[in-house]
Amino acid sequence: MTVRVRVIPCLDVADGRVVKGVNFVDLKDAGDPVEQAQAYDAAGADELCFLDISATHEGRGTLLDMVRRTAKVCFMPLTVGGGVASVEDARALLLAGADKIAVNSAAVKRPELVAEIAERMGSQCVVASVDARLTPSGRWEIYTHGGRQATGIDALEYARRVAGLGAGELLVTSMDGDGTKAGYDLALTRAIADSVSIPVIASGGVGTLEHLVEGVTRGGASAVLAASIFHFGQHTVADAHDALRKAGLPVRD
Amino acid sequence: MANTVALIDYGAGNLHSVENALLAVGADVVVTADPRDVAAASRIVLPGVGSFKACMDGLSAIGGMSETLETRVFKDAVPFLGICVGMQLMAQAGLEHGTHKGLGWVEGSVAAMTASADVKVPHMGWNSVTPTGPGSLVEAGQAYFLHSYAFEPVQSASSVRAVTDHGGPVVAAIQEGTALGVQFHPEKSQRYGLDLLSRFLEWKP
Repeated sequence: MTVRVRVIPCLDVADGRVVKGVNFVDLKDAGDPVEQAQAYDAAGADELCFLDISATHEGRGTLLDMVRRTAKVCFMPLTVGGGVASVEDARALLLAGADKIAVNSAAVKRPELVAEIAERMGSQCVVASVDARLTPSGRWEIYTHGGRQATGIDALEYARRVAGLGAGELLVTSMDGDGTKAGYDLALTRAIADSVSIPVIASGGVGTLEHLVEGVTRGGASAVLAASIFHFGQHTVADAHDALRKAGLPVRD
Repeated sequence: MANTVALIDYGAGNLHSVENALLAVGADVVVTADPRDVAAASRIVLPGVGSFKACMDGLSAIGGMSETLETRVFKDAVPFLGICVGMQLMAQAGLEHGTHKGLGWVEGSVAAMTASADVKVPHMGWNSVTPTGPGSLVEAGQAYFLHSYAFEPVQSASSVRAVTDHGGPVVAAIQEGTALGVQFHPEKSQRYGLDLLSRFLEWKP
């Protein structure tokens, strides 16, 4: 069998606390990212993603501590993103125990950041975020600041550019779909997956298990990321694996 | 220093993840850049992520480290585990941006994997580990892989212990004497990986 489709729960964290997380009933502290990460580790998540939305400088220090504590007890790959602006930021997170670093606005502003991190720490640790919206003209445009700020940059061109600069993976999020539970933007995911040779993670808009399946079968993604369907107890990681398996896709036993 | 595991600190990004996993399975870990610690330890672990050249340069920058490793593994028969690029360094050469010399313990070189429509590179995610024969420390299961370069043995190489599949067979584990190398990340492979590390701590090759 070939490499498995990855199911990646994503936790939004701010100032060291989970802002949007899972409602596992047996957690003593549902706001503790380490407890949440351990619960997902036990549930068989294929990877875990922390997106830091801390607005403050203090929040960054807390993030490093959180990653360090998580890495001590979770033995699965951890991607950390949000506010990474320099090689030093990336290096600090990797040394704290992150396996991959997602770069976002800073790479949109200065795509060379992708190359700098890849040259120093390897392509395998650089995840480039592609946050896009569909424009009236039918193309996709890169947005920053949580989907509020347009950049005028074509999403497909950007995806190819950061892949060429050494990104190891692309995290493709439809800012139109994010939070809608209407499913991934499959056309966007497919267009990007077909134009790069690195893996693509589909993100933004998952409301059902079928959406996860479509992300792979129609979107061409190598991995599927979701937040709320897991956090609110609607589905488990095992449900997600079952749905993918029933669709004939390779998943972990 | 009896029963200690020397975890070699030469700037590899996954050093602490490997340390965490070894501690979780009860190892007595010495994180060290000192060949004397390596000479005294009863087991050795070499981590590694990123580029072959950067890792080999980092290892070579520590005076006497390569020589000490070779003595411990091939003269004293001390169990050794190389992880990801730590495994790749066991090869004769790495072919990433030019040709770079490796430790030369295993016949073969490390070359770029080829991407195609169905085969994305880096090879990233959980994949099967299939032992090539009985009696290996590496058992059948699924482990987490994260690499763009792979070990290619010379023809008729007997060093390959396990393979995986990514657009064709890809070497997942090699062994020469008491030196075992795994391409995947046991420290990120949940139960499967921790079990392998446990067996490594008990291993009497």
